Amino acid sequence: MRVLVCVKRVPAPGAKINITEDGQSVDATNLGHTMSPHEECALELAVQLIEAHGGESHVLTLGTAEADEQCRWAASIGISKATLVDAGSMDWDPQRTASAITDSIRSIEEADGGFDVMIFGNESADTGGFQVGVRVSRALGRPMVNAIKGVEVDLEADGKGATLEARRETDNGFEVYQLPMPCAIGVKEGITWPRYPTMRGRLASKKLAVDVAVSDAVPGGQMKVRLNRPEEKVSETVILGHGSEAAPAVVELLKELGLMS
Amino acid sequence: MSVLVVIEHDRDQLADASLEALAFAADVAAQLGVDVEALLIGVDAVSLADECAAHGASTVHHVADASLTDYGPDAYGGAVASAAGVLSPSAIVASGSDRGNEVLAYAAAELDLPFVANCLAVKTADDWEMTRVQWGGSLNEEARLASSMPILSVASHAAEVAEPVTGATATVQTLEVTLPESATATMIQDRIVLSEGVTLATAPVVVGGGRGVGSAEGFEVLEALAAKLGGIVGCSRAVTNNGWRPHADQVGQTGTRIAPQLYIACGISGAIQHWVGAKAAKKILAINTDPAANMVVKADYAVIGDLFDVLPAITDIT
Ligand SMILES: Cc1cc2nc3c(=O)[nH]c(=O)nc-3n(C[C@H](O)[C@H](O)[C@H](O)COP(=O)(O)OP(=O)(O)OC[C@H]3O[C@@H](n4cnc5c(N)ncnc54)[C@H](O)[C@@H]3O)c2cc1C
Ligand SMILES: Nc1ncnc2c1ncn2[C@@H]1O[C@H](COP(=O)(O)O)[C@@H](O)[C@H]1O
Repeated sequence: MRVLVCVKRVPAPGAKINITEDGQSVDATNLGHTMSPHEECALELAVQLIEAHGGESHVLTLGTAEADEQCRWAASIGISKATLVDAGSMDWDPQRTASAITDSIRSIEEADGGFDVMIFGNESADTGGFQVGVRVSRALGRPMVNAIKGVEVDLEADGKGATLEARRETDNGFEVYQLPMPCAIGVKEGITWPRYPTMRGRLASKKLAVDVAVSDAVPGGQMKVRLNRPEEKVSETVILGHGSEAAPAVVELLKELGLMS
Repeated sequence: MSVLVVIEHDRDQLADASLEALAFAADVAAQLGVDVEALLIGVDAVSLADECAAHGASTVHHVADASLTDYGPDAYGGAVASAAGVLSPSAIVASGSDRGNEVLAYAAAELDLPFVANCLAVKTADDWEMTRVQWGGSLNEEARLASSMPILSVASHAAEVAEPVTGATATVQTLEVTLPESATATMIQDRIVLSEGVTLATAPVVVGGGRGVGSAEGFEVLEALAAKLGGIVGCSRAVTNNGWRPHADQVGQTGTRIAPQLYIACGISGAIQHWVGAKAAKKILAINTDPAANMVVKADYAVIGDLFDVLPAITDIT
């Protein structure tokens, strides 16, 4: 089978997210870059599906040329092919992003054959638009469900053709969807447990040929004006004490809050 | 003209988030000088009409297509797009939940219009301006929207649910829609019920552990305190990444958002992605060896010290 994963390069902030002076982006000076944990799980799931059923996995990213790093990370855990749509910026709106990704998938499929499964993150780590996967899947005419936390692929579901069973978590269990393949899912962290790259994987990823594409997709209707940090309540932290000697003060607090009698 | 609210329900049980969407829509509608109307999708969902009226919907449009036996994003999104064609609302609003966002993404794709997810506030003008959530709540984005029919979802807790108007009854109108042929492919086929007691999302006390706990076994001291307080154990992503706890226990941007009376955060540095999942706690007590840790600085209370000294000492006297 053939599996596609879409990932987005984002800065990896620590205790606090700083914004550049012009308010246009996260200040990534001194920051590394990463992707959403949802997307890390999407990559792991793709590798597992190929391990179980055979075939080929492909990672696709749209952003700056530096997103090459995320393609190689994907390769280091076992993804076999990579395409980078060089948008020159990490700032394309959801419609434009989806349209460019759709075009890119069409040309990959023309060359290499159709994808049986396309895997997206539930939402991107930074802009969180909750839509690129749905838009791409609609444009390609494939069923898509988001917020998926469990998957089982049955390539010969009795007479029904290949089927992907997808599970979405609810307050008290799971909803089950049965998608005819080819199909798409948006996954949440927890669906798999991403492996760390091995030394061999890292070395192999250096040799990956990342296919760089460009896009003429036009901007959509949503425009970023600026970023702000939300107001936060500032609390003066009350230090209850040091080490085990603080225990009575903690118990007092628990009583005060009505959490014990 | 109206602001059309897509009402989220599960087999005719209203989702609380829908009430927030109705409250948010009331503000948008007031700015535009139009009414709030509700869209109820599903044969029996009409039973929710009066509840929608009590929360501000003047008219309820009911989509009763016989094929809409259960939730499916394509069917619901298709119904919204079709309803938009018939009703020409000024805007479409839904809750920023898994389903709400998914349905609006489908509808927007169908209508080839923008969709702005998780809005906190909206100013209507020629180009609408909105504040929306980025980074799972760590940042806000000011955005502008050029669209003939704004489609937006409402971030969780962005609007306060209004007191219901007693005795309100809705004008119900049945709406014929055309559903996409593909609709059945994404419909719920089955449900698996795992009954659970207290969950992370609803527990009154959460005792959270981070990398500072050091191992899976290390969590025993957290379990012991949680058991005494009728609480539940949570953790940071460093912990799930190390395989010490299952992902279901993770608090944060890509884990569970908690809102307990008290969150006791032990050996957790308080990275922004963890904080956004914990900040709705009424009170936070940090236990950390590092007095400068972000968790300590932001908490209401803190104990400076080794969690393996502090926790057993508390458990002993509770
Ligand atoms: C897009 C994205 C999404 C993310 N989503 C999440 C999420 O949902 N949830 C989440 O938690 N993280 C998330 N993260 C990861 C996050 O950035 C941090 O890496 C993570 O929260 C750190 O976990 P930690 O605080 O346990 O570990 P650390 O940052 O290593 O902190 C350990 C703390 O323990 C203290 N300590 C050590 N020993 C002891 C001891 N014996 N007693 C007391 N204190 C001790 C130290 O002083 C330190 O403060 C996400 C990251 C990204 C990029
Ligand atoms: N620039 C991008 N490059 C590749 N994939 C993307 C990009 N933006 C979004 N996606 C994919 O679409 C999912 C949903 O994104 P969003 O609609 O931005 O929340 C992400 O988790 C990715 O899988």
